[in-house]
Amino acid sequence: MSTPAQTYEELAKGIWRENPVFVQLLGLCPALAVTNSAINGLAMGAATAFVLLGSSLLVSSLRNLIPKQVRITSFIIVIATFVTVADLSLQALAPAVHKELGAFVALIVVNCVILGRQEAFARHSVGAALADAAGMSLGFGLALLSVGTIREVLGSGSLFGVDLFGPHFEPWVVMVLPPGGFITLGLMLAVFAHLRARRERARKGAAGTLEERRVA
Amino acid sequence: MTQREAGPARMMSTLGIAGFCSGLALVGVYLITQPRIARNQAEALEAAIFRVLPGARSREALVFQRGELVPVQAGAADASGGEAVYAGYDEAGRRIGFAIPAEGPGFQDTIELIYGYDPARRRIVGMQVLESRETPGLGDKIIKDQDFVSSFSDLGVTPEVVVVRRGRSRDNEVDAISGATISSNAVVKIINDSNARWLERLPAAETEPER
Repeated sequence: MSTPAQTYEELAKGIWRENPVFVQLLGLCPALAVTNSAINGLAMGAATAFVLLGSSLLVSSLRNLIPKQVRITSFIIVIATFVTVADLSLQALAPAVHKELGAFVALIVVNCVILGRQEAFARHSVGAALADAAGMSLGFGLALLSVGTIREVLGSGSLFGVDLFGPHFEPWVVMVLPPGGFITLGLMLAVFAHLRARRERARKGAAGTLEERRVA
Repeated sequence: MTQREAGPARMMSTLGIAGFCSGLALVGVYLITQPRIARNQAEALEAAIFRVLPGARSREALVFQRGELVPVQAGAADASGGEAVYAGYDEAGRRIGFAIPAEGPGFQDTIELIYGYDPARRRIVGMQVLESRETPGLGDKIIKDQDFVSSFSDLGVTPEVVVVRRGRSRDNEVDAISGATISSNAVVKIINDSNARWLERLPAAETEPER
C-alpha cells in the first residue's frame, strides 16, 4: 500500500510537474479544438476526467485478470464504454454543452492522455491509479480552462459568457478561430518551459550543470 | 497483469467478457438516457416553435399528404420525415401562422432552422437556427447577431428573400453579416427553397382548427 505522501505525490504531479498538456504535450487535439471559450474547456475537462477516473478505477481493479497480450484492446473497450456513457449523459443532462463540444466528446476515446495513464499505471494499486488519474484530470482540466479563458477574453471579450469590456471592445476574432488556439497554446508552452528551465537552474545552483538537462 | 503466458482461449474469453459487459452497460445507459434526450430535443423544438411564432399559445403538428395538410396522428413521432409543419394558435384558438422547419448546406455543415410564417400577411415573423456548425466567431453570428436574427421578425417573401450588403431598403431584404456572408446567404437560401415548397400548400385564410 502506498503512504499518504506517495498518494499526494501521484496526485500533485499531474497538475504541474507532469501536466499532460503543458509538459507531456498529450491530448493537444481537444486542447486546441474546443477551447474557444472557458466553459467549453471546463466541460471538456470534466468529461475527460470522468472517463479517466472511471477507466483507471476499472483497469487497476482488473489488472490481475487481463492477459497482457490483450491489455490494450481491453483498455480501449473500457475507455470506449465510459466515453459513450459520458456522451449519452451529456446529451441527456446538458444538451447545450453537448452541442458545443460536438464530435469531440466521442473523440475522448482516442485521447492519448487516457490510454497513456492506463499503460503507465496498470500495474499499480487502485488507490495509486485513482490518485494519478485525479491529478492528470485536474491538470488537463486546468490546462483547457486556462487556454479557453485566454481565448474567450481576447476573442469574445467575455468570460463564461459574461461581457467584460462593454461595447467599445473590438474582439480579436482570430483568438476564437483555430489559429488562436495554436497561438495561445504555443505561448503558454513557452511560459511553462521557461519556468521549468528557471527552476531547474535554481535547483542545480552551480553554473557548470546548467546545460546538463536541456529543456525544449 | 499476470506473468504467465495466457493462451488464446484465455485472451478470447477476456475480450469476449469485456465486450459483453461493455455492451450491457451501454444498453443500460442508452435505455436510461434515451427518453431524456428525446424530451430535450422535443423541448428545444417546442421552445423554438413558440419563439418564431410570437403570440402563439398552442400548436399542432401537420403533414402534407395527398394535396392537403392533415394533423399528425396522436402518438406518431413529431416531424416524421422532416415534412411536418406546425400551426400556431393564439389564446382564442385563431391560427396565427405556421412554424416551418427547414435545412440546407451552410459553410461547414448542414444548417437546421425553423421559421415562422404568417400566410395572411405573407410575411416571415421569426427565425431560429436549431443546429449548425458554422465558424465560431464568424459564421455562428447567424445565431448570435441580434440585428441579423431580428431582421427575420418582419420580412416580406415576395418574390423571395434577398441578401444585401448594407442598408436594406425593401421589406424583403436582409443585411448580410459582415464576415459571415456565406452563412447569411445559406440561411436565406434555405428559407427561399423551403418557401418554394411550402407557401403554396399553406392556406392563407383562417380555417377551422383541424382537431
